[in-house]
Amino acid sequence: MTEVVVEERFSLIKAFKKIPFSTKAVGALYLVILILGLVNGFSFSRLLSDSLHLFGVWALFSLANVPSIQAGTGPNFALPIGIVNGLLAMVLVLAAGFTGMGFIVVASLVAIIFGSASGFLYGKLMNAVKGSEMAIAPYTGFAITAVFGLVWLSIPIRHPNMIFFLGDGLRHQIPLDYFRAEFILANFLFFEIFGLEIRTGELIVVVVACVLMWLFFRSKMGLGITAVGRNPKFAKASGVNVDRSRVIANMISTAVAALGVIVYAQGFGFIQLYDFPMLLAFPAVACIVVGGASGQKANVRNVVIGTFLFQGLMAIALPVFTRVLAGGAGAGIVGPIRMAIQNGIILYALSRMSKGGK
Amino acid sequence: MANNNIWNGEKIRTFLLDNIVMLVFLGFVVLGFVVSDTFTPSSFTNDILVRFFRNGVLVLALIIPVMAGLGLNFGIVVGAIAGVLSIIFVRYNYTLFPGLGGLLLCFAIATPIAILFGYLTGKLYNKTKGQEMIASLVVGFFAEGIYMIFILFVVGAIIPVRWGHRMVNPVPEGVRPMGIRSSFEMGLPAEEMTGRGMQDALPGMARALNNIWRMEFVYALAAVSVVMFIFLVVRRIIMKKNPGLLTIRNEPLWAFILKIALCGAVVAFSIYSSATIYYWYYILANTPDINRLDLLPGISNFAVEISRINNVPVVTGLVIAAVGLFTVYFTRTKLGQDCRSVGQNKHIATVSGIDVDRTRIIATIISTVLAAWGMIIFLQDMGHVSTYTVHRNIGFFSVAAILVGGATAAKASVKNAMIGLVLFHAMFIVSPAVGLFFFNDGNAGEYMRTFMVYGVIGVSLGLYVWKANKAAKDKERLR
Amino acid sequence: MSRNLLEFKSVSKSYLENQVLKDVSFDIRAGEIHALIGENGAGKSTLMNILFGMPVIHSTGGFEGSIELEGQKLDIMSPFDAMAAGIGMVHQEFMLIPGFTIAENIKLNREIEKKSLLNTITSRLFGKRMKTLDFKQMNKDARAALDKLEMNIEEFTLVQGLPIGYMQFVEIAREIDKTGLKLLVLDEPTAVLTESEADSLLQAMKNLAARGISIVFISHRLGEITAVADRVTILRDGELVITKDVKDTNTLEIAEYMIGRKVSIEREICETRKFTDAEIALSVKDLHVAMPNERVKGVEFEVRKGEIFGIGGLAGQGKLGIANGIMGLYETRGEVTINGEPMPLNKTRKMLDAGVAFVSEDRKEVGLLIEDSIRHNIMFTSMNIHSEFLKAGLIDKKAIREHARKMIKDLDIRCTSEKQRTGRLSGGNQQKVCVARALTQKPNVLFVSEPTRGIDIGAKKLILDLLMELSSNGMTIIMTSSELAELCSICDRIAIICEGEVVGVLPPDASPTKFGLMMSGIKDVEEEVQS
Repeated sequence: MTEVVVEERFSLIKAFKKIPFSTKAVGALYLVILILGLVNGFSFSRLLSDSLHLFGVWALFSLANVPSIQAGTGPNFALPIGIVNGLLAMVLVLAAGFTGMGFIVVASLVAIIFGSASGFLYGKLMNAVKGSEMAIAPYTGFAITAVFGLVWLSIPIRHPNMIFFLGDGLRHQIPLDYFRAEFILANFLFFEIFGLEIRTGELIVVVVACVLMWLFFRSKMGLGITAVGRNPKFAKASGVNVDRSRVIANMISTAVAALGVIVYAQGFGFIQLYDFPMLLAFPAVACIVVGGASGQKANVRNVVIGTFLFQGLMAIALPVFTRVLAGGAGAGIVGPIRMAIQNGIILYALSRMSKGGK
Repeated sequence: MANNNIWNGEKIRTFLLDNIVMLVFLGFVVLGFVVSDTFTPSSFTNDILVRFFRNGVLVLALIIPVMAGLGLNFGIVVGAIAGVLSIIFVRYNYTLFPGLGGLLLCFAIATPIAILFGYLTGKLYNKTKGQEMIASLVVGFFAEGIYMIFILFVVGAIIPVRWGHRMVNPVPEGVRPMGIRSSFEMGLPAEEMTGRGMQDALPGMARALNNIWRMEFVYALAAVSVVMFIFLVVRRIIMKKNPGLLTIRNEPLWAFILKIALCGAVVAFSIYSSATIYYWYYILANTPDINRLDLLPGISNFAVEISRINNVPVVTGLVIAAVGLFTVYFTRTKLGQDCRSVGQNKHIATVSGIDVDRTRIIATIISTVLAAWGMIIFLQDMGHVSTYTVHRNIGFFSVAAILVGGATAAKASVKNAMIGLVLFHAMFIVSPAVGLFFFNDGNAGEYMRTFMVYGVIGVSLGLYVWKANKAAKDKERLR
Repeated sequence: MSRNLLEFKSVSKSYLENQVLKDVSFDIRAGEIHALIGENGAGKSTLMNILFGMPVIHSTGGFEGSIELEGQKLDIMSPFDAMAAGIGMVHQEFMLIPGFTIAENIKLNREIEKKSLLNTITSRLFGKRMKTLDFKQMNKDARAALDKLEMNIEEFTLVQGLPIGYMQFVEIAREIDKTGLKLLVLDEPTAVLTESEADSLLQAMKNLAARGISIVFISHRLGEITAVADRVTILRDGELVITKDVKDTNTLEIAEYMIGRKVSIEREICETRKFTDAEIALSVKDLHVAMPNERVKGVEFEVRKGEIFGIGGLAGQGKLGIANGIMGLYETRGEVTINGEPMPLNKTRKMLDAGVAFVSEDRKEVGLLIEDSIRHNIMFTSMNIHSEFLKAGLIDKKAIREHARKMIKDLDIRCTSEKQRTGRLSGGNQQKVCVARALTQKPNVLFVSEPTRGIDIGAKKLILDLLMELSSNGMTIIMTSSELAELCSICDRIAIICEGEVVGVLPPDASPTKFGLMMSGIKDVEEEVQS
């Protein structure tokens, strides 16, 4: 019996060693700042609530990377494509007069349709530039964001709560409280336990999306997509349509991103337009890498762990730093720290990719 | 091969595909002129000239990494940051290092910083082989994060700064000052202070390089044309005598004559317009009212327009020329040849005994150093520094510019850089007008511009990869 | 002529326990053309790797024996040592940079630096690599080398777009340009050339030899060997068979030496299997396949139900392209009929649906998902085409586990469990997983390519026995292999492929000479035997 115990202990060490570097590093940082926060008088439940809040609004953006990574097109650096589709869906549905939960449901359906359609085109593009997907993807996202800048300016919507006070065009931020959609998912079955705020509706959406994704990758099509990502030659020899699988994966990815921005918008209480989507892909990619995903392999667990740690870190760093560092430098420093960590993490993933790849 | 000169459908298709980006930009600029009457030849030329001299070195910094197979180095942002850091240091100590001397010191300080940054970036590129393009984009963001932490926090918290210094964030007395302000001026040069009641102030670094020697546009144009003329003739002679020495081997006679004639025409035009201006200034009028120039007889409108163009910063122009010449010289050196070998085929280069990793690092270092210098030139022209954001778009704009000039991820030349500088900035200048015309909104131009920048990068890179993939596939075709 | 330039003295080499060269000794004389011939795996490339000090040799423990150049023992640790010793090689795969001129390619990393004051200064300041290059001199040198080969193309032409024959000459010119070239190794130089290009290459080889440069000519074309070589050395299974003067031998004898007597070994079973009455399971007409390095250029054959049909031939001749093409993995043209049904080509799925399975020659790249478990690999193809192992649309772990365990038992796959990653298995067990995957598809036609490549004897026997068993249960099997002995041991008929075409179809008990001649592309075996 004693032998078994020894083995167990060894496997614990092994299990710890198995945790990817990115998870350990960000996890340690999270703990450090958490402790720093507790020492400086923040309550545990407050910090955890903040972490959970950002987790809820970011999880779907991070989840959108799973299908594209699994299909071998790499992390979805063109996330803005999905996001602008979600924004467009919301804007149109609001203009059509929907409010409250009806708005969320209809906008989600429209977002999924729009997202899938653009994901189809984007998937075709990824097939045309096979081998350099990641070099092309960010610029596709940037360019689409800019095009939609023009769309927001010129879209013929005259709803007084959506357009600029002066002149034409939609506002940079459309507050959702006019439409009774502010925090609507967050407030659905909202409860507090020991001061910990649980945004039930938001979390239900995230959990359902994660479970569906998990199930999808256990279906024939999902397994086919995974095989395409792992070894396209094997997949082809087994009768999987490689190009079609990659297109489908990117359709799902784009649709999830489109859905993600709806959750995001209600979670903050307003829709952000114009330059907002531009750089969102990078934190989303960082999330999934923190969770242990690589450029070629990702799963739902990576999403959950990574999003919680990385976005949670950012959520608690802001208040804690603001209090700890006097002179206003604290608030300003969080952005740069986020930038350094997020992009450092992506570089880490990229460097591992070429080692493991060819 | 016999019907080389016949333009068939296939040839036109390839031509269009190869030059699509350039053509679209050209079309866009023409459109801008058509829909807007705000552009006069002189204001337009002025704007382009300013941007040409401002961005020249930054765009040229991209050529060598392309040659070494690293693709388009968005990571010149890292070099730009080195440049900004050196300016922050020198400007902070402006009493010690005023004017042109201070600016030269910036170059001196920026160089070792850029070498270090370039070395680290190069190491990173070696670790991310095959993904350099995305790595270079991300490394720019990463460096930005580190740089911001440095100027916001490290400066002040670790490196002590003077309370109340105009570059340091203002804090109440007794509080430890921390961080550099979000923007600061580089200080007017001595020449620009006269008449503003600032004679006793120390000269700053703004336009210190530009103002060393300014030449009237027509003369500069004539000088460049003469140099171009000599270059074309000498090249033609070498091509005829010893064709193995050049990369260009057969230039058709008509093309040569056309180029020569163009140079001649420019020189003739310069002489004509400077003569008419001289005639007008010194013989006809003593107190010229520049706005009524057209009323005078015998003065062509074009000459009038030309006279309104600002004087050209000769030294800055010479620096750009020197960097361009260096790039060409570099291709003729052993290191340059190694870069080209590595760039074309890493495997063959390794087998032939070339140290691929080292060569790539050196190429990255050169690019980063040039970018740092380019940034200093950029900022001395601007005259003020937006500390947190100024480096941000350097990578995108420079890459977009060289791509518009006809470069690809695998091929870039000084010619691409020069054409791109002009065409890209022409787009930049006309886009607000185009935006206003089509969307009736001043902001539209901004989005249009952003779209053009990222669009050109995406489309150029995409087309390049698509073509390469197609060529590779064709090799696996049945014959 | 009789002076020895290079001498191999009892050279042996083994990779782990696998001995690939056994006590090989022969010499190469100054100014001779010395042909080197042998089947795949006979040891030619290992011998050349040793001669050039390739890292693969030194990283696996070096070799035994010695090599002497002009009586001096050579100590070659890298290809650059070989170059310094005056030994050059032209590989089958060209080492040319397409965007460079001929001269730049010839001088690759041996560029000449200009001697000028400026260069002295810059090299002092910025290092040696900042010296400018003397393109004039480089062009001149290149010209001289090209002239030696009587090649009158301009030395500053870009390599891009040159005909393949010219590229070959550029490669040779590069070796000639290296100072003090004494020995030039040409690896299958004529394989990629047209007939007239090959002729001029052979002429150039003669000219070079006349200048005193020795040439080692690796080729499978017996005709060319007898036409240009002075002597020929034959290797078989890592051993030296013989070195002979070409004038004392003929193609027939060389072919026989090459194949040896090993063909008729271990064939005890089913010698009398006859399939003349069975229906045709697979018929292939005018098949062209664009598989790189294994192009098929118009192949025609028929396989009857239950038959084991062998496809043999030397590497690079196109034998592997046939199965890959039929399975739709490379662009293919022609007519393929399965069980009388004409099949659409370039559609892998249609072939799989028709009950055709394929065990690829390339286990790691095509045959396996090396990061996934054994059970995942085994079920995957069947899951995808037959929707098996699914429950309510989702993967049925239980069914998969049971099936995988059964397969592991049936095929004796040595593993820790069915969850082990296939990347961790030995070659033989990986191959068994590939076979298990194919069998899970329940195919009626099975293509297996190189089923025993790189696996140990026990696994080899098990796989061959398994194929026999499957065949006797009525499965039609098309086995492609580089090992003639293995083909002869289980196949009912064997087609020999050379240069993308079927040279002939032989029974397994045909004479080794016939096999040898056919592998060299000689069609009229009977005629050759008589002459």
